[in-house]
Amino acid sequence: MSAPALQLVDLHKSFGVTPIIRGVSLDVALGERHAIIGPNGAGKSTLFHLISGRFPATSGKVLLKGGDITGLPPYLINRRGLSRSFQVTNIFPRLSVFENIRCGVLWSLGYRYSFWHLIERLRDARERAESILEQINLAARRDVQAGLLSYAEQRALEIGITIAGGADVIMLDEPTAGMNRSETEHAVELIRRVSEGKTLVVVEHDMSVVFDLADRISVLVYGQVIASDTPERIRANPAVREAYLGTAASLEHADA
Amino acid sequence: MSTIARYWAWIAAALALVALPHIFSSGASITMMSLMGFAVIFALSYNMLLGQTGMLSFGHAVYYGLGGFITAHALNIIGAGKLPIPLPVLPLVGGLAGLSFAIIFGWVSTKRAGTAFAMISLGVGELVAACSLILRGFFGGEGGVSTSRTSTLQLFGLSFGPQIQVYYLIAAWSLACVGAMYAFTRTPMGRMCNAVRDNPERAEFVGYSTQMVRFIAFCTSGFFAGVAGGLAAIHYEIVTASVVGAAPSGFVLLMAYIGGVAFFIGPIIGAILMTALQISLSDYTGAWQLYVGLMFVLMVMYAPLGLAGLLLMHRPLISAGVFSRLLPGYALAAVPALALFAGAVLVIETAHHLLVKASDGPAMRVFWVSYDANSPVAWTVFAALIATGFLAFRRTWPVVSGAWHEATLEARRKLAK
Ligand SMILES: Nc1ncnc2c1ncn2[C@@H]1O[C@H](COP(=O)(O)OP(=O)(O)OP(=O)(O)O)[C@@H](O)[C@H]1O
Ligand SMILES: [Mg+2]
Repeated sequence: MSAPALQLVDLHKSFGVTPIIRGVSLDVALGERHAIIGPNGAGKSTLFHLISGRFPATSGKVLLKGGDITGLPPYLINRRGLSRSFQVTNIFPRLSVFENIRCGVLWSLGYRYSFWHLIERLRDARERAESILEQINLAARRDVQAGLLSYAEQRALEIGITIAGGADVIMLDEPTAGMNRSETEHAVELIRRVSEGKTLVVVEHDMSVVFDLADRISVLVYGQVIASDTPERIRANPAVREAYLGTAASLEHADA
Repeated sequence: MSTIARYWAWIAAALALVALPHIFSSGASITMMSLMGFAVIFALSYNMLLGQTGMLSFGHAVYYGLGGFITAHALNIIGAGKLPIPLPVLPLVGGLAGLSFAIIFGWVSTKRAGTAFAMISLGVGELVAACSLILRGFFGGEGGVSTSRTSTLQLFGLSFGPQIQVYYLIAAWSLACVGAMYAFTRTPMGRMCNAVRDNPERAEFVGYSTQMVRFIAFCTSGFFAGVAGGLAAIHYEIVTASVVGAAPSGFVLLMAYIGGVAFFIGPIIGAILMTALQISLSDYTGAWQLYVGLMFVLMVMYAPLGLAGLLLMHRPLISAGVFSRLLPGYALAAVPALALFAGAVLVIETAHHLLVKASDGPAMRVFWVSYDANSPVAWTVFAALIATGFLAFRRTWPVVSGAWHEATLEARRKLAK
């Protein structure tokens, strides 16, 4: 059997004396769309940071496709095929929309730190960036400075940069936060399309999106995974219902 | 700009460099243009760090200066050993020296970004400046290292004795370096420099080590600074310890910033202007550095995009054909601005005269007017110039900004059509 796309082994993280992630073990199978849900402040984003190398874990291990990536810097993890987006938009504000995407493309096409290629002549980089722009519906905004985009457009760009490098494990932290209904629908379609044949880990508050998209759902509460299962079983899980007491209605709602 | 237009721009620049010494043919202007040549390279190399990668360095003269010293030593070795190396390749020696030292010092300093990088660059600058006093063999002590550019292998009968030949050598190297540095901005590496400047964190998550990007940018920048230093050594035929000091490191920051670090052309404008000011102002006034400093402060406060920013701001208005609407406002505001400027210059010059040249007596001359430095009438006139200039400028400024606003709207309307 091939190794899982992502394997977390008893991961812990404390900020000072405050434990935030308290022993998370989780397997995400290859090709799976995995959603992580949980109340505000549960540690979902922190978990993303630990996996992607933004913060070092206090203890525990992270394996990517069987290889140990614990403690590696973000760029090495990215080069091994894991790409992530951020909950708070994290783009290159003074570069144009097109250049933002192209920056996401360059390493994966093997241009590395090249100062012996003229970027305009790199057809593959241009075409790849243009196709991503089409996919995220920003082709018309191509030459606008990214910092001047509207909030929803910046969120779309955030996803675009993340998928640009063609990583096979994609992690999205609340990709649809702050989007309206139709923007959300478009984003979900996009995420479904670009994660075709890839592994997706997504943090999302919108339950209809979660149940629509996910093959499996993990519920993170106060730094621990209290359940990890298929959407149906998660919906029926009493512990999850307990944790989501106030939002039980939204779980029901997602049935519709 | 289209590719064709850009291509023509380079040809035009080359032709201009060939033609300039025939138009400004006095010895002084050929010397000045030579100085501008390597100042442009130096300022552009600095902007690879500041404007393009977001690295504020206070020690960039280290690579310029060491490039100069190594070039001077190389020239002396070549001259003494009659080595068959022609002068035109020597700036490359300077560049390789700059590159080598940038690799050594950059390895340490680019481990950090932001303020820490700036502090380390300052420390390295101080370190090398201190060494220049200790290692007298290499830095030549008080007298510096002198050399002669005419003792190398001569090709095509070029002795490089006459300044005009040196001018063409510098012009050719400058054009090549400007072209190379421009090309650098359009490579994957150049683009990632901008990405690291904008958002280092995100750059790490698209596969790039920001430390490596900073390091490569630093080394490339050190190379071009070294070329500039090598050309300076060839031009002056002497290199003294002061070139690795804090003053030239500060001056290159001023050149790049005043020109405009957000634009490729900015440091070129800055280097040309500041070199001209440095030479011509220092002929007229001992307080010239004060003017340069004031100009820098004003730019930082009111025009952070530099002269290039001020000029390029007008481009959309010019292409929409509405630029002429700004002229009446500019002309109107220019009158009080000139009064204010004249008042400020008179105060500075008179104070400078009283403080520095007191032994010459109070009689002095500024702007073709002779007066007594301690005459109350003169000081009253200065104060009046400044006060009325300032107040009137504040009154006329709304006219300028109003015209600007209208012209922008009009340009937008024309564009929408
Ligand atoms: N750098 C940090 N230093 C100290 N505490 C932090 C840090 N980052 C996060 N925390 C704390 O860790 C806890 C979990 O934060 P995290 O952002 O991971 O939650 P989350 O599940 O993503 O919440 P949300 O749904 O609001 O995005 C919060 O209490 C937060 O205050
Ligand atoms: Mg979060």
